[in-house]
Amino acid sequence: MSDQGIGARVKRVEDKRFITGAGRYTDDIVEPNQAYAAFVRSPHAHAEIKSINSKAAEKMDGVIAVHNGAQLTGDGIGNIICGWGITSKDGSPMNMGAWSALATSKVRYVGDAVAIVIAETKAQAIAAAEAVSVKYKTLPAVAQSLDGLADGAPQIHENAPGNLIYDWEIGDQKATDDALKGAAHVTYMDIENNRLSPNAMEPRAAIATYNPAEDHYTLYTTSQNPHVARLVLSAFYQVAPEHKLRVIAPDVGGGFGSKIYIYPEEIACLWASMKTKRSVKWTSTRTEAFLTDAHGRDHVSTAAMGFDKNGKIVGLKVNTKANFGAYMSLFSSAVPTYLYATLLSGQYNIKNIYCDVQAVYTNTAPVDAYRGAGRPEACYLVERVMETAAREMGMDPAELRRKNFVRSFPHETPVIMTYDAGDFDGNLDQAMEAADYAGFEKRRKKSARAGKLRGIGFSSYIEACGIAPSAAVGSLGAGVGLWESAEVRVNPVGTIEVLTGSHSHGQGHATTFAQIVAERFDLPIENISIVHGDTDKVQFGMGTYGSRSGAVGMSAIAKAMDKVEAKAKKIAAHVLEASEDDIVFEGGEAKVKGTDKAMGWHEIGLSAYTAHNLPDGMEPGLKEGAFYDPTNFTFPAGTYICEVEVDPETGKTTIERFTASDDFGTIINPMIVEGQVHGGIAQGIGQALLENVVYDDDGQLLSASYMDYTMPRADDLPSYSVHHHSTTCPGNPLGMKGCGEAGAIGSPPAVINAITNAIGNNNLSMPATPAKVWAAIQETASAKAAE
Amino acid sequence: MYDVNFHKAKDAKDAAKLVKSGDDPMYLSGGMTLIPTMKARLAAPSDLVDVSAASDMVGITVKGSTITIGAATTHAEVASNAKLIKAVPGLACLAAGIGDPAVRHRGTIGGSIANNDPAADYPAAMLGLAATIVTNKRKISADKFFVGLFETALNEGELIKAVIVEKPKKSSYAKFPNPASRYAMVGVFVAKTAKGTRVAVTGAGGDGVFRMKKLEKALDKKWGPEALAGTQIGSEGLMSDMHGSAEYRANLIGVMAKRAIEAS
Amino acid sequence: MPQISMTINGKAVAADVPGNTLLVDFIREGQRLTGTHVGCDTSQCGACTVHVDGKAIKSCTMLAASADGTDITTIEGLENGKLHPMQKAFNDNHGLQCGFCTPGMIMAGIDMANRYKKAGQKLNEAAIRHELEGNICRCTGYHNIVKSIQAGAKAMK
Repeated sequence: MSDQGIGARVKRVEDKRFITGAGRYTDDIVEPNQAYAAFVRSPHAHAEIKSINSKAAEKMDGVIAVHNGAQLTGDGIGNIICGWGITSKDGSPMNMGAWSALATSKVRYVGDAVAIVIAETKAQAIAAAEAVSVKYKTLPAVAQSLDGLADGAPQIHENAPGNLIYDWEIGDQKATDDALKGAAHVTYMDIENNRLSPNAMEPRAAIATYNPAEDHYTLYTTSQNPHVARLVLSAFYQVAPEHKLRVIAPDVGGGFGSKIYIYPEEIACLWASMKTKRSVKWTSTRTEAFLTDAHGRDHVSTAAMGFDKNGKIVGLKVNTKANFGAYMSLFSSAVPTYLYATLLSGQYNIKNIYCDVQAVYTNTAPVDAYRGAGRPEACYLVERVMETAAREMGMDPAELRRKNFVRSFPHETPVIMTYDAGDFDGNLDQAMEAADYAGFEKRRKKSARAGKLRGIGFSSYIEACGIAPSAAVGSLGAGVGLWESAEVRVNPVGTIEVLTGSHSHGQGHATTFAQIVAERFDLPIENISIVHGDTDKVQFGMGTYGSRSGAVGMSAIAKAMDKVEAKAKKIAAHVLEASEDDIVFEGGEAKVKGTDKAMGWHEIGLSAYTAHNLPDGMEPGLKEGAFYDPTNFTFPAGTYICEVEVDPETGKTTIERFTASDDFGTIINPMIVEGQVHGGIAQGIGQALLENVVYDDDGQLLSASYMDYTMPRADDLPSYSVHHHSTTCPGNPLGMKGCGEAGAIGSPPAVINAITNAIGNNNLSMPATPAKVWAAIQETASAKAAE
Repeated sequence: MYDVNFHKAKDAKDAAKLVKSGDDPMYLSGGMTLIPTMKARLAAPSDLVDVSAASDMVGITVKGSTITIGAATTHAEVASNAKLIKAVPGLACLAAGIGDPAVRHRGTIGGSIANNDPAADYPAAMLGLAATIVTNKRKISADKFFVGLFETALNEGELIKAVIVEKPKKSSYAKFPNPASRYAMVGVFVAKTAKGTRVAVTGAGGDGVFRMKKLEKALDKKWGPEALAGTQIGSEGLMSDMHGSAEYRANLIGVMAKRAIEAS
Repeated sequence: MPQISMTINGKAVAADVPGNTLLVDFIREGQRLTGTHVGCDTSQCGACTVHVDGKAIKSCTMLAASADGTDITTIEGLENGKLHPMQKAFNDNHGLQCGFCTPGMIMAGIDMANRYKKAGQKLNEAAIRHELEGNICRCTGYHNIVKSIQAGAKAMK
C-alpha cells in the first residue's frame, strides 16, 4: 500500500512554484500585442444615464478605443443571467431584471460599469476612463433589504415591482404555527447576517485575445469553473461560440465563491478584443473588488422556535429578507432558498419547520454565494436560537442540543433534506473534551479576577455540500447539472495524468487527487499529474464550489479509475497469462497473486499503446473518462466551541480557544483538510468579529478598502484546536463529505454565543466590534443599575 | 497615479532648491501616506522631491537632555535606538507600534507630522512632549504646529528637517487601534516634563490631535491613574464613524490614558 | 524621466522609468519578476513585500526612482540551488494554499527572523502574529503560516 495514499499527510506538490515566486496567475501573463482595459464606473447608486461623451478620452495618448453599453448590446451581446429559477409562493417565476455588462440606460449601484476604455498602457487606460464624461440624472437609492421593500421605495428594475424578486416558501406553515401555539416555551429572535466581501487575495483579472484569422477567442481569467464560464459566455452572452472560445483559469489566488460568477468585465474584455483586434487585459484594484465582486450573506430574519416542557423542539418558523443587490448574479437565487432554508433543521429532530424568504433588489453590489452560501446563515440562525433558548429555559446549551439531536439515519427533515450519516453526539463529546468544557468555570473565575469577562459558546452545525444530484437540483430550478467529470490517462510510459473538471485555487488538488490514484494503483505520486483549468485540455466539467471537489470531483476520478483498472487488469492478465481475478496492483506493478509474475505500469502502458499483444477485440490505448452524478448531498457536521475573553473597558474580544470537531467522512490528506478548516474558521471569526460591508443610505460604499473593511489578521486570531470524528458518507465511492466550507459555516454562532455569554447581554449583532461590545456592556450595566 | 516629475534630494538645502522646480511640488519622505493617496488619484503633485535619503535629515542624536531626530528617520530607527529608548521610552514605544514592520522601515517621523493625519501616532508624541519642529526656515513649537485635520503651520515649500524633544521625567503612549486600518482609534501620550504634565490625544479629535488640559492638571497634582477618577471626558467634538461613536472614543481616551499612566 | 540603477537578486539593472512608476510595477512588468504580487491599493496586504537593502518593505508603496542605488531581493532571489529554509518551512508546514500572499509572507518571515536574531529576541507565536500585521492571508487562517515562520526562523540559525 502506498504511503502517499488515502489518509497520508503528503506535502503539497504544487507548493514549489508558489514558494519560489513561479506561480502563474492571470495578471502575470503577458500576451503579445497586449492592451489594457479600464472601466468607467458609476459614482451613483441609482441614476439614469443621460449621455456618454468619450470624445476627449478617445483623443488621449495611447487610447485605442472607448466602447459603451449601447454598442455592446448593439453587437448582440446578451444580458448576464441568474442560472437558477425560483418560483414564488403564488406560482409565479422570479422577477429577474436585465443586467447588461455595460449599463445602457440606467446605473443601479456604485461601480456599475458604463464604458470600457482600451489603451496601450494601464496608466493611459485609467487616465482616459477618468476623461469619459457621463451625464447622470440621479435617482433615490436604497441599500438595505427592508428599505427596498418599503412602500414608495425607488423602483430599481421595471419588472420587479416593489423590488421583490421572489417570495418563496418551504415547509408547512399551518402545522408550524400550530406547533408553536402549543409550545411550552417559544424563543423569538431578530437575527441579522452581515454582508461580507469575499476578498480573495488575488484580485479578479482577465486577458481576452481574439484571433481574427481563426475567428477564435482565448480568455485567461480568475475562475473557479472555466467550463461554466465558457458555457454561459457563449450560450447566454453570445460573446463567442463555445467551440471558438478557450477559457483558461491558470493559478487562481483564492475564490471563496466570488470567482464562480461571470462578471461584466470578462464579457467586455472579450468583446473589446474582437472590436480592437488586440489582447485586452484587465486587473481589478482592491477598491474595484470591494465595489464589484459579488458580496455574501446580508440576511435579515425573524425566528421563533418552540419547545415542549422537556426541551424538545416542536417547531421553527423563520422569515428572511435577502438583499440581492442591484442585479441577480449567477447562483444568487439559490443561496437564500435551497442552500439556506433546507438546512434550518440543523442537527435536530424538528417535526415542523416553515420558512419564507423575500429576495430584494437594492442599489448595492450583487450578492451571491460566498464560502458556505446560505448554510452559514442557516447555521447562525439555528445555533443562536438554540443557545438563546437554553439560556431562557435555564438549561445547559450542550444538553439542550443533545436532547434534540438526530440519531437515526437516514433522517428526513421537513425541509426536503435527507441526512445520510452522522454521529452528532460523538462530535459534541469530542469538542467538549478537547475544549476542556469542564474546566471553563475555573478559567472564567481567573479572568474575572483580572477584570476580564470570559464566555463560552457552542455551535453544532450541519451543512449540505457535495452539490448535487443533477435531476434533483434540476427539479428545484437549477439551470445546470451538478455532476463532475474526470479522465484518467495512463501514458505509454506508465505515468498517469488525471484531467478533472474541478478547479484548484488553493485546495491542493494536485496533491490530494494524486493521492487517490496513488492509493488505487500503488504508484508514487510523482508519477501522477493533475490537469485542470483549461477548456482546451480538459473535458467539460462543473468546477469547484460548495465543497464539491472531493465528494463529486474525486468520485468522478474514482469511477474513471474503475474503468482503467478493469482494462489494465485485462491487459495484464492477457500478457501474464493469468486470470483477471488474480491480478493485483502492488508496488507500482500488476502482479499475479501467489506467483512472481508481474508487469510494471510502464509495461501495461506500452502494451496498451503498441497494441501488439492485446486481448482479442480490445481497443488500443489506456484512458478512461467518467461523469459522476451524486446520489445525494453530503452532510458534513460537527461541533465548534469558542471561548473568549472580553476586555470590559474597551469591548475588545480575544479568542482564547477555538475547538473544532468535524465529521467530514473519509479524509484523503489530514494536513490539507486541517488547513481548510483553519481558513474557514478564520473567515467565520472574521464575520463574527471584524468584517462588514457598509453602505450609507444613499448607496455609497463606506468600506471600500482595507482601511475600513476589517480583514482578519494574524493577531486577531488564535491557533485552532482541530479534531475529526468521522462517519463514512454512504453516498459516494470514497465516503467523503467535504471540508471547504464547514469552518466558515460553523464558527460565527460559536463566537457570538461566547461573547454574549461573557457579557451577559444577548442583544449583539455581527460583527461584534469592540465598539459594539462595549455598548452592549454599557447596556447591561445600565439595565442592572435600573433594577 | 498621475504623471509626476521625480527629484532626489542630497540634503535639505538641495531639497529646498529642487522643490522650486515645479508648479505644484511636494516633498516625498517615506511615502506611506502620499503614495497611496497618489495611487488613488486624490493627490496630483507636479513634482516630488524625495528627501528620504537627505544626508542631514537622517539620524538620532542625544546631547544631554536634548534629543534631535532627523525628519527622514524611519519609525524602525526611532523604535530601536537604544539611547532614545532610554531617554523617551514613550516615543520609542509609539514608533514601534506605527503600521507594520514594512511600513516602519520606510515611514518617517517628518513625513508623519507634516501629513498630520488625525489618526496618526506621532502628532500625539510631538504635542505630548512639547517638541520643537525644526524646518529649513524656523523652529515651531508643537502647540502651534498642528493646526487641524491634515493641516500644519508649514508654509508652501517649507521642509521639516528635524524634531527636538527634551527628555521628559516620564513618558508613555497607549493606543487602541482601529480594527481595520490599525491607525489609532484613540492614542494617548502622557509625559511628565520639566514644565509640567502633558496629555495629548490622537485618533479621536474632530480637529485632529489635541491636549487634554483637565487631565494634565489632575496629573500635575498627583501622577497616577487615580487622576482620571475626577476627570470627566465628554464626547463633544470627538469623531464618530463606522468604527466607533464619539461616546466610545471618549471612553477609550480614559482607558488609554489610564493604561499609559500605569505603564509609565 | 529618472534614470535608475539597482541590484535585483544579485543582478545589476538599469532603466529609464517614468517618475510615477511604482517599485512593484518595475519589478513585475519591467523585470518580469512576477512572484511579487499586488493584493491591495492601501499598503496593507503585504503581497508585494520585498527586501530593499536587507529590510522588508512594501514595493507597492515605494517609487522605483526612490529605490535607485539599492540592493533588492525578491522571492525569486531566495533560492540558490536549493530552497531557502523559510521557503522549505512553508512547504513542510502547509503554510500556503492559493499561494498569492505567500511570497510576501516568506519575505516578511525572513525579515522578522533576521531582526529578532539581531536583537537577541525570541520569535515566539505571539511575536510572529504581531509581526505579521502587515501581511494578509485569506486562505490559511494564519495557523500554519505562524508555524512555518517559527520553523523557518529556527532553521535559519
